[in-house]
Amino acid sequence: MRPAQRYDHAGCATAGILHKGGQLINGEAIIEAIGTMRERGNGLGGGFVGYGIYPEMKDYYALHIMYDREDYRQPVERYLERALLLIRSERIPTRPTPGVGLAPVFWRYFGTIPPNEPRPAGESDDDYMVRVVMRINLEFDGAYVVSSGKNMGVFKGVGYPEDIGRFFRLEEYSAYLWIAHARFPTNSPAWWGGAHPFSLLQWSVVHNGELSSYGINKRYVEQFGYRCTLLTDTEVFVYLLDLFLRRQKLPWEIIPAILAPPFWEQIYRTEPAQRRALLTAVRQVYGAGLANGPFSIIIGHPRGFMGLTDRIKLRPLIAARHGDMAYLASEESAILAICPAPDEIWEPLAGMPVDERLYEEVVL
Amino acid sequence: MELHAQQLHYREVNQWLRRCSQDGIHHVTLYGIRGHRYIGTGLNNSLRIQIHGTAGNDLGAFMNGGEIVVYGNAQDGVGNTMNAGRIIVHGHASDVVAHSMRGGTIFIRDDVGYRAGIHMKAWGTNPPLVIIGGTARDFLGEYMAGGTLIVLGLHDSSAPLVGSYVGTGMHGGVIYLRGTIAPYQYGKEAGLQPLTADDWEYLQHTLAPFCEEFGFNLEEVLDHTFCKLVPLSRRPYGRLYEGAVGAINSHG
Repeated sequence: MRPAQRYDHAGCATAGILHKGGQLINGEAIIEAIGTMRERGNGLGGGFVGYGIYPEMKDYYALHIMYDREDYRQPVERYLERALLLIRSERIPTRPTPGVGLAPVFWRYFGTIPPNEPRPAGESDDDYMVRVVMRINLEFDGAYVVSSGKNMGVFKGVGYPEDIGRFFRLEEYSAYLWIAHARFPTNSPAWWGGAHPFSLLQWSVVHNGELSSYGINKRYVEQFGYRCTLLTDTEVFVYLLDLFLRRQKLPWEIIPAILAPPFWEQIYRTEPAQRRALLTAVRQVYGAGLANGPFSIIIGHPRGFMGLTDRIKLRPLIAARHGDMAYLASEESAILAICPAPDEIWEPLAGMPVDERLYEEVVL
Repeated sequence: MELHAQQLHYREVNQWLRRCSQDGIHHVTLYGIRGHRYIGTGLNNSLRIQIHGTAGNDLGAFMNGGEIVVYGNAQDGVGNTMNAGRIIVHGHASDVVAHSMRGGTIFIRDDVGYRAGIHMKAWGTNPPLVIIGGTARDFLGEYMAGGTLIVLGLHDSSAPLVGSYVGTGMHGGVIYLRGTIAPYQYGKEAGLQPLTADDWEYLQHTLAPFCEEFGFNLEEVLDHTFCKLVPLSRRPYGRLYEGAVGAINSHG
């Protein structure tokens, strides 16, 4: 539809908005923000994640599943009926949208773990869900789990994000945290399952850049039972986060030191000695978790988001605050589109996180 | 002439600017600019463009004359491969300001991001000049081949004036910093030199229009320690592949 010479600009856009008081924001706002950076994508991928969109079902896992064709659905549903106690199953509403071509079929399932399911000793509900997600992605033809957290969901596909947002009728959802992505695929295929965000359980990631460490990162997470099946490097970020934050219970403060650690020469200069020892230990233990290559990412989780760039700042990220709102985006203009006069707007330092959270007293 | 650009695509804005330029108009004002890219690209005559809003990426890329004044901030790539003319930003700018710039002048009132002046070069009688009123981050003047970079740090004396890897791979041009720099902050291809009387005269003469534009007091700006970084060699990597070439030849 669009001539090839229009595919020649810079790559990928990210945007995130958070109401730190937990107030719900309509999906229109995030579409407006990401749409401002239309030039950064090329219509071959757009997507959104919203946290807080299913308040009436917040105690149940919400599985968003994409089927290449309708006839791939039944085998998965037969498996899900055994693996989960399903409360609700429904087709995710979409509308025909100019700019969005032939689309897969999207369904969502709300459910919980069956109480009498025989499970390995000590396995948590989340561990069980990870097994379910990995099994569907690996063993069922034409079926891909797009998201699997509670009270959140991912909506993504091939198209400009503005069009994908209309396709999924995002104006009918409200969330306290929205994160969006416009894709410019570089070295992996443009397909519906390869659009961002990538998500597992409560974690989601959008990414501008590429992971030259993908092979090392992938082999590392595979040792812990994760399987990379979605043909795009960004997927591995999500499994690293699930491993570090949920299974190993590492504090958030450690995450930037693993993904984007300072260079050794900077570590040698670091004071005080305790901090130097910590950075040294993290690099020694978690070297295989280092995300090498140019990147800026936004990590979403139920309590907020974290923005992070690679340690030499090879991809852009701008942060802003206004009242109870926090913003992140690849370009300043995207933030100003929905917040014309922010209290603060700044360019975060390379490898230093922008960690914005719901206020502690906010109960979800 | 005025244009309200809020609802326009950057291509429409730039088409309008080119038409104004062809029609011999000397002065235009753009309102509602919000991330529009490539404004003033290849501008080739005396057109003066005032911008209200946030100028998008690659402002004044390949600019070859005229003037752009931004009342607001600029995003990445201000003056990318600029050749002549002047860009003035009454605000801050993000990364890669003056990337591969070969002539003309850029004034940024506030801070700039990473890689300002990367691979700046100079040719002929119009060497490039970049003056930054605030601070600059890592890789300032990386692979710099010519021209002048000046970083003043006028706003927040507690903020680091520059980051690390300043002048890494530098092989031409000069960087003046209003303050000091620790040895670990600059590349091994660059070295510090004491300022001479000629340098002070050059700074006085060069900073006067900058201070006038933004309302800084020139005497106060100059009444401070400055340091000067220059390349140690014109060809820092000249010997890098000598061994490899020798090995190939010996097998030849």
